[in-house]
Amino acid sequence: MEHRVVITGMGIYSGIGENLKDVTDSLYQGKSGIIFEQIRKEIGFRSALTGMVKDPDLKPFLSRRQRIGMHQPAMYAYMATKEAVENAGLDIDYLNKTETGLIYGNDSTAGSINETINKIREKKDTTLVGSGAIFQNMNCTVNMNISTIFKLKGINFTLSAACASGSHSIGMSYLLIKQGLQERVICGGAQEINPIAMGSFDGLGVFSAKESTPTKASRPFDRDRDGLIPGGGAATLVLESYESAINRGAPILGEIIGYGFSSNGDHLSNPNLDGQHRSLRMALKQAGINSNDVDYINAHATSTPIGDGIEAQAIYDVFGSKVAVSSTKSMTGHECWMAGASEIVYSMLMMQNKFIAPNINFENPDEITSKINIIAETREQNINTFLSNSFGFGGTNSSLIIKKYN
Amino acid sequence: MTQEDIISTTKEFLSEEFEVDRSLIEPDANLKETLDLDSLDYVDLVVVIEENFGFKVTGEDFVGIVTFNDFYNLVEKKLAEK
Repeated sequence: MEHRVVITGMGIYSGIGENLKDVTDSLYQGKSGIIFEQIRKEIGFRSALTGMVKDPDLKPFLSRRQRIGMHQPAMYAYMATKEAVENAGLDIDYLNKTETGLIYGNDSTAGSINETINKIREKKDTTLVGSGAIFQNMNCTVNMNISTIFKLKGINFTLSAACASGSHSIGMSYLLIKQGLQERVICGGAQEINPIAMGSFDGLGVFSAKESTPTKASRPFDRDRDGLIPGGGAATLVLESYESAINRGAPILGEIIGYGFSSNGDHLSNPNLDGQHRSLRMALKQAGINSNDVDYINAHATSTPIGDGIEAQAIYDVFGSKVAVSSTKSMTGHECWMAGASEIVYSMLMMQNKFIAPNINFENPDEITSKINIIAETREQNINTFLSNSFGFGGTNSSLIIKKYN
Repeated sequence: MTQEDIISTTKEFLSEEFEVDRSLIEPDANLKETLDLDSLDYVDLVVVIEENFGFKVTGEDFVGIVTFNDFYNLVEKKLAEK
């Protein structure tokens, strides 16, 4: 027997707000979170533009032992998960007595690894890195920390799929619940924001060079786009079976109806039209809906010349020119491992509050992006069904479709 | 460094690192119980001792260390050996 899968909780800690309310306001106002960070210039970055989140003070919430294995990904994920768990009407006591899984998207821990290596080199003694380093450094840091803090008893692993990590974490959680293997799974994505984590990415020369105008630099689909800007933080969702949500009287915020995925099997970094077509069509087929049933697409579009063009073409091929499209990366920058999860949260907030957040800085289309309906200004609109795209290095693609719960 | 300095420094960094009230760090109090140390915490104890006194302790050094007084004596001995 297959189960309906619903979203019962959300939490967000991002460069455009540290909670659901502030993020909703930023989305509605089209507020950019992009800044110029001088330190990046000093250590050799080509572009010093970045989204920014502060490291949260977890002392009021967690003991020393609970905090010691956490660096940025786990710290951000804690803040987002705390909000999501509360939002879902759950608490640690309930989680401890029931079975809840955790599949979190993450694909780097560079900041903590750098600190650990520096310490070993300085001290020439591995003990002196302390007991927390290993738990900060492993890529499953979010899962290790969050599952022990929240006393989770279900499936427990980290999902690593480049910039589609967050999206696939939701997709895999959805499939496990749909198949009846889990009743409830917490999922999401985290992205560290320190410069060390992004140096090698900047080295590819794909970050925007518009350093004199940070809030105008991320311009997905615009004719004058010149590259992405990294962002970060964490986003968490609580998914559960419809029966579980009803039985415990949980708020039902939306229903996941489709998860499409594909691999390009092609180039390490270049996107691929065929791979995106397959992911989009699979999501629609799984959802059992037509392309014109989708009211809004939250695009992956990161503001790179090639990537946005390919996605615009894929959207046009599968959905035509009418569906409303925006990329919230115009405000947040590219939240990489977190993006697939945060963009579901952003789109859910739009659905709840009946508006489409703008693709800011979209001033002029190019030949390809003129084919689709890009929303440049905040629009009051009821969203019944939306789709969110995420594409990652290595050619991994993920498309999720969410429907309003009636 | 006098034993008074050792006690004062120790109270300062242990209360900060292990987040316990300074007043609980009494000479005859049990070190493991007062600081609520588990196996991982001993690694961090080694780290803060090295940071504050400049020497590294090993597991063997801790054999027989039960109270804070035992610990102060260990520090005094180690500093004298430096």
